[in-house]
Amino acid sequence: MQASTNLISTTDFLLHLADNALIMGHRNSEWCGHGPVLEQDIAISNIALDCIGQARNFYQYAARLMGEGHTEDSLAYLRDERAFRNCLICELPNGDWAQTVLRLYFFSTYQYFLFQQLQHNSDAELAGIAAKSLKEVTYHLRWSSEWVIRLGDGTEESRQRILQALDALWPYTGELYTPVAYESVGEADMASIQTAWLDHVKAVLEEATLSMPDMGWMQQGGKTGIHTEHLGYILAEMQFLQRAYPGAEW
Amino acid sequence: MTIVPATYYNASEQKIWSLLETVCDPEVPVLTVLDLGIVRAVSVDESSTPVAVTITITPTYSGCPAMDVIAMSIRMVLLPEGFPNIDIKQVLSPAWTTDWMSEAGRQKLMAYGIAPPNPRQSVCTPDRFQEEEAIQCPQCHSWHTTMVSQFGSTACKALYKCEDCKEPFDYFKCH
Repeated sequence: MQASTNLISTTDFLLHLADNALIMGHRNSEWCGHGPVLEQDIAISNIALDCIGQARNFYQYAARLMGEGHTEDSLAYLRDERAFRNCLICELPNGDWAQTVLRLYFFSTYQYFLFQQLQHNSDAELAGIAAKSLKEVTYHLRWSSEWVIRLGDGTEESRQRILQALDALWPYTGELYTPVAYESVGEADMASIQTAWLDHVKAVLEEATLSMPDMGWMQQGGKTGIHTEHLGYILAEMQFLQRAYPGAEW
Repeated sequence: MTIVPATYYNASEQKIWSLLETVCDPEVPVLTVLDLGIVRAVSVDESSTPVAVTITITPTYSGCPAMDVIAMSIRMVLLPEGFPNIDIKQVLSPAWTTDWMSEAGRQKLMAYGIAPPNPRQSVCTPDRFQEEEAIQCPQCHSWHTTMVSQFGSTACKALYKCEDCKEPFDYFKCH
């Protein structure tokens, strides 16, 4: 009994990590071919690819634990909205470049501090994925934080745009570091992640000549399957082919 | 770090290591999978018929789209050489690093027009607006170069330009 309970929460946690990475990767990939300049289009597309690679690693491990014919593809393409456990901030629309890079900065900061702890998890496979991902997330964190500073401390227009993005995204940041039951599998100290996240954000916003928002009320629900209206549209686009032509391959 | 062991356990393993020297990365075709350091182990169980081959590979980056092609290429090279029974395992730990790239691989990259990873391993840190790595232009060998972007045509490369010959070039970044 104990063993099966542990298995359920381990796969819940793996699916949460995988869904975060997949939905974040999908949103970033929407910029492919639409970036403001070629080099930054390439950058965000590379970051999207890293995220989707990380999602694949987490899904593959979850599928092995779940058995019963599950695969990385069935987990990504054949689960419904309520089964997805990604944080709400991942599924929000890209908005403009300011909103996209600020969202990526908030998310990468969270991943950076989380994976630093997960790489020491007692589950060697989970630890291995985290250690691998951490090397990539470091690039994402550096790139996105530089963009937040560039926009905040840039022109009057770029500043207005990042301020609007900050207003829009801030209520969705609390969910990142507020744990739900299955996150105990991570063996991470979420309180220290919250502190590290807030300290990092404060320093970057200061460097961007922006002030730290008040904590205020935080939106939650994604981690337990209660999503915004946006996730359904993402899944409709992402899952259409496998739903319409089950088992289709390239 | 040398990937190919100095002594081989058996003739089949020796043959497989030498066959792997002909399997190239599909996106940087000047490098073999051994140059890249992505083959972590080869083992052959000669007690079964046909002999059971297990090859352990590791991806450069999580999202590297070349891994499936590389696994297929390894099968295609080994199959006609009498190794139909092949299991290719993927491991993530320890995480791949450019430290594992062979010296021959670094020289081949330079000749191909891609700057090889700096010998002094300087991996990415989250520090903002840090000083750029000094990278030598693979065309004119000038050190007067500037980073254009940390992200390039594939996950493993950054984009640079040379201020002397004015050519843009890829840098296989330290990781």
